[in-house]
Amino acid sequence: MTLEVEGAGPSGHAAPSADGAGAPLLSVDGIAIRFGGIVALDGISFDIAPGEILGLIGPNGAGKTTLFNCVSRLYTPNEGDIRFRGESVLALAAHQIAGLGITRTFQNLALFRTMTVRDNVLVGSHPQTRSGFLDDALGLRRGEPDRTEIDALIADLELEDVAGRLVADLPTGTQKRVELARALAGRPKLLLLDEPAGGLTHGEVDDLGGLIQRIRDERGVTVLLVEHHMGLVMSISDTVVALDFGRKIAQGTTQEVQNDPDVIRAYLGSSRQ
Amino acid sequence: MTDQSMTSEAPAQGRGKPVAERAGIPVGLKRAALLIGLIIAIALPFMVKNFTIFQLTTVMIYAIAILGLNLLTGFNGQFSLGHSTFIAIGAYTTAILMEFGGFGFYATLPLAALFCFIVGFLFGLPALRLESIYLALATFALAVATPQLLKSAPFEPWTGGVQGLLVFKPEAPFGIPLNSDQWMYFVTLVIGLVLAFFAVNLVGSRTGRAMMAIRDNPIAARAMGINIALYKTTTFGVSAAYAGIAGSLSAVVVQFVAPDSFTFVLAIGLFVGLVIGGVGSIPGALFGGAFLVYVPNIAEELSKGLAGAAYGAILLLVIYLMPAGAAGLVRAIVMKVLNRRA
Ligand SMILES: Nc1ncnc2c1ncn2[C@@H]1O[C@H](COP(=O)(O)OP(=O)(O)OP(=O)(O)O)[C@@H](O)[C@H]1O
Ligand SMILES: [Mg+2]
Repeated sequence: MTLEVEGAGPSGHAAPSADGAGAPLLSVDGIAIRFGGIVALDGISFDIAPGEILGLIGPNGAGKTTLFNCVSRLYTPNEGDIRFRGESVLALAAHQIAGLGITRTFQNLALFRTMTVRDNVLVGSHPQTRSGFLDDALGLRRGEPDRTEIDALIADLELEDVAGRLVADLPTGTQKRVELARALAGRPKLLLLDEPAGGLTHGEVDDLGGLIQRIRDERGVTVLLVEHHMGLVMSISDTVVALDFGRKIAQGTTQEVQNDPDVIRAYLGSSRQ
Repeated sequence: MTDQSMTSEAPAQGRGKPVAERAGIPVGLKRAALLIGLIIAIALPFMVKNFTIFQLTTVMIYAIAILGLNLLTGFNGQFSLGHSTFIAIGAYTTAILMEFGGFGFYATLPLAALFCFIVGFLFGLPALRLESIYLALATFALAVATPQLLKSAPFEPWTGGVQGLLVFKPEAPFGIPLNSDQWMYFVTLVIGLVLAFFAVNLVGSRTGRAMMAIRDNPIAARAMGINIALYKTTTFGVSAAYAGIAGSLSAVVVQFVAPDSFTFVLAIGLFVGLVIGGVGSIPGALFGGAFLVYVPNIAEELSKGLAGAAYGAILLLVIYLMPAGAAGLVRAIVMKVLNRRA
């Protein structure tokens, strides 16, 4: 696997830069979005440094998935800006985001259920390849992704044995890995993971933590992780941002956020949990 | 279909997995079936009456249209109950160009395909805004309007109105010793094979995966970088082009185009053929075409007065016996035999 680590430091991944020396990979700048009367996000700002794992936490309905949907351009915020490597993503359409280097998984699995595992992963490589109807109808195979790379990715996520199976026939834990493989096939620089531990067994969650760190270290992928599983978030995040009712209530190291009175209040005082 | 893809699939199948997990019919068996089918297809026109040759040609023409519909509905998830319109456009393009433009048939064929592609693509644009059942209704409206438009005064000088147009059937060129029925049979066979080749390539490629991804989960497809509008409209155009080629061939094979050959009954017939053959199966289109040609005749023979009811009963029976279409039944039987032997 030869993936260029653009924007990351020479050490493979840059530590979160408190000194502000490295430019952020992603800047979320004062975004707000409303759905009718509901203010789902209310002026959220934070940066992600290249090579960082940033944990995004908050009670149910805090706005975490909505934030992902804004970055993916599935939603358009009413206010604010989102910049990836300094360029606003708001000028782009949803289908242009993956090509930019931002891929994602979904909270409630969004796989191509009647397709095989391999084909799902291959769809993930769509932005990496070019070929139109004509090339493909003539069988020129110009747009085929690098099969060895795809095979390596499938092997890396331990999906070889099910590569030819239909996704719909697989257990949740396996489907979650297929989503991860599909997102990685787009060779992202930034990976958005929306509750990757949801529906996994204890053992699987432990493996997942290691896997996410390995993805960051080996592939140089920056990770924005939404997760309710506090053990997972606190064990692998470099920085944590906490949301509640669409507002940012805390940001800092795992220690700082865990001890933050507003965070404790949001979680304890929340009957929505 | 290339060796590269075969070798990359091979380890997954060979590694002592339970046989029930086999992904599909082995490629070798598919190729053998294709070869045997081809030999039969080449021999048939020398063994049967001209009328049977004509019927077989019609089966292939329907199969081409069903193949196009399958790309749209089976692989891309867009419903159409209006493909009779594109068949009509293809047929009339050929008839009008031959009648008024002095074109030979073969020159009209790509023009009919191109014109239908453009019309289909343009129709695909507003279709983007319609959810599946509404798209089915919108295309159905197209099918209902088409015969009347063809008869209407502004078009009559070109379309021949209710009377339609007579079309000249090409003879075999270069003194090839085939009668015109045999010749058109082989022309249709070759065109059908080329179109099936394109379809197989397409669905196994980046483009085909994008089409299917949109069908299975449009939101995820968009997040994977797929331009949904582009793929949906282009697929609509391609599908319409297949129907247009079928129409163009039918014009010369039937030697006649008339508005009442292209009513919504034809559109629904294609949809029936799609389901009977197998949604998402390329060889299934042939079964669908055969059903459209032969089952009405069988129904007629069962009972002259109640042919419609007999047709309905056969249709229900077939759907009951083959819920996944003919292709699904064949696949199930082959897999069963393979698994028993293993
Ligand atoms: N498309 C939408 N239309 C209307 N309201 C929406 C929409 N999307 C999100 N919301 C609302 O925005 C708020 C934030 O929802 P969001 O899904 O972002 O929460 P979350 O933090 O991901 O919660 P969870 O942990 O339960 O997944 C909720 O009140 C939700 O109902
Ligand atoms: Mg959520």
